[in-house]
Amino acid sequence: MDRPLRLITANPVDQLARTVEALLVVASAPLSVDELAQAADDGSERIETALGLLSDRYREGRSGIVLERVAGGYAFRAAREAAEACSRLFERPVERGLSAAALETLSIVAYLGPSSRPEIARIRGVAADSAVAGLLERGLIAEAGREDAPGGAVRYRTTPLFERVFGLESLAALPRLDDLGESAAEIRERLHSVAVGKTA
Amino acid sequence: MTTVYDLPLDLDAFEGPFDLLLTLVLKEELEPAEVDVAAIVIAFVERLAERDQLDLEACGEFLVLIASLLELKARALFPDEEAELGELEPEEAAEELARRLAEYRRMKEAAAWLSERLVAERERYFRVGPAPLAPRPERKLAPQDPHQLAAVLRALAEPPPQVSLAHMALRFPPVSQFLERFRALLSRRRRFDFDTEVSELDRIEQAVAFLALLDLHKAGEISLEQAASFAPIRVSRVDEERKSEWTARFA
Repeated sequence: MDRPLRLITANPVDQLARTVEALLVVASAPLSVDELAQAADDGSERIETALGLLSDRYREGRSGIVLERVAGGYAFRAAREAAEACSRLFERPVERGLSAAALETLSIVAYLGPSSRPEIARIRGVAADSAVAGLLERGLIAEAGREDAPGGAVRYRTTPLFERVFGLESLAALPRLDDLGESAAEIRERLHSVAVGKTA
Repeated sequence: MTTVYDLPLDLDAFEGPFDLLLTLVLKEELEPAEVDVAAIVIAFVERLAERDQLDLEACGEFLVLIASLLELKARALFPDEEAELGELEPEEAAEELARRLAEYRRMKEAAAWLSERLVAERERYFRVGPAPLAPRPERKLAPQDPHQLAAVLRALAEPPPQVSLAHMALRFPPVSQFLERFRALLSRRRRFDFDTEVSELDRIEQAVAFLALLDLHKAGEISLEQAASFAPIRVSRVDEERKSEWTARFA
């Protein structure tokens, strides 16, 4: 700890850690530091100290329950060493059988922010209706208002569940788009070489 | 080489020969937007490679069909862009195509990354439940005066005023009573003044008396005269002879 003296002389953070632990056990979705601070009626800094204590206690190799930082908050999950046992008893319905079309649609919504079906179809070149419906049903995307024009199409955004399933601290944890794929110039060049090759 | 029509296809949206796909699209039973045209092209090219022999006629036929299919699909996907893209110079169109392909390429790469991520995170088991209850919003109240609250409560504690049930006790005398009374009166006198006759009765009785008067007039037993609105109503007996005369005239 950075400031052990002050913490020890004040209310010991152990008690707060127990409260935070209890809140996280009850929660079914990740809780943010703010939410924890409000529920525990304590300061954000002390909550983070308590979370530090808990992260050390609940970590891979030390406990069957692991505290992880995910989807903008903190949540308990099973330790990876118990994954096999978990898989015998539990299903993972959210990600089971996600098609390539669904993953492409998910990428568009995650990277470009709220997007409508026409926008998704425009990029993928194939109608997005069934992919969007499947993702909605799984809870990976949710409606996020409409396009600005009158009668605008419904837009979709990714949900905290998306970040949790993919183990992302936030959407900022997605790899930068520039690092992925070819640039327009490269593709242009390739198209050109294909065209020249064919006519030659 | 056989025709391109029996080219077997196995797409997301369709499985079967190429000509069935075309038929379904033309009959509008299959959305052209749902058809992965690239997969059809790949299937055709693969078949060409298997044959090891170029059938120009089949290739030409295929090109025409696939171009029509592409056009149908483009119209279905981008109905409002037709004009916009039509005006582009070939060079600009190529630029736009490359830009779009790059965008799609990046999304495909992103999807591949997500897919890998999914495999890597397969060992993370966690509880998934409904969203937690939203915290109750804090209601902000303006500063309140306890005396004002007491005054409001006092007003509420006061018993409400008694509702008058007087109208429920109203008794209506039968119309027949007035019919008989007026007939008896007219057997003694040829005419009488309605207002004077009912002046000593209460409002309800006056109303019933007036109904009786209307009944008698309807039956042709009396005639009514009134000089002006709200003037006294004069009631007179209709003579038997005049009554029959009247009946004869209007029958």
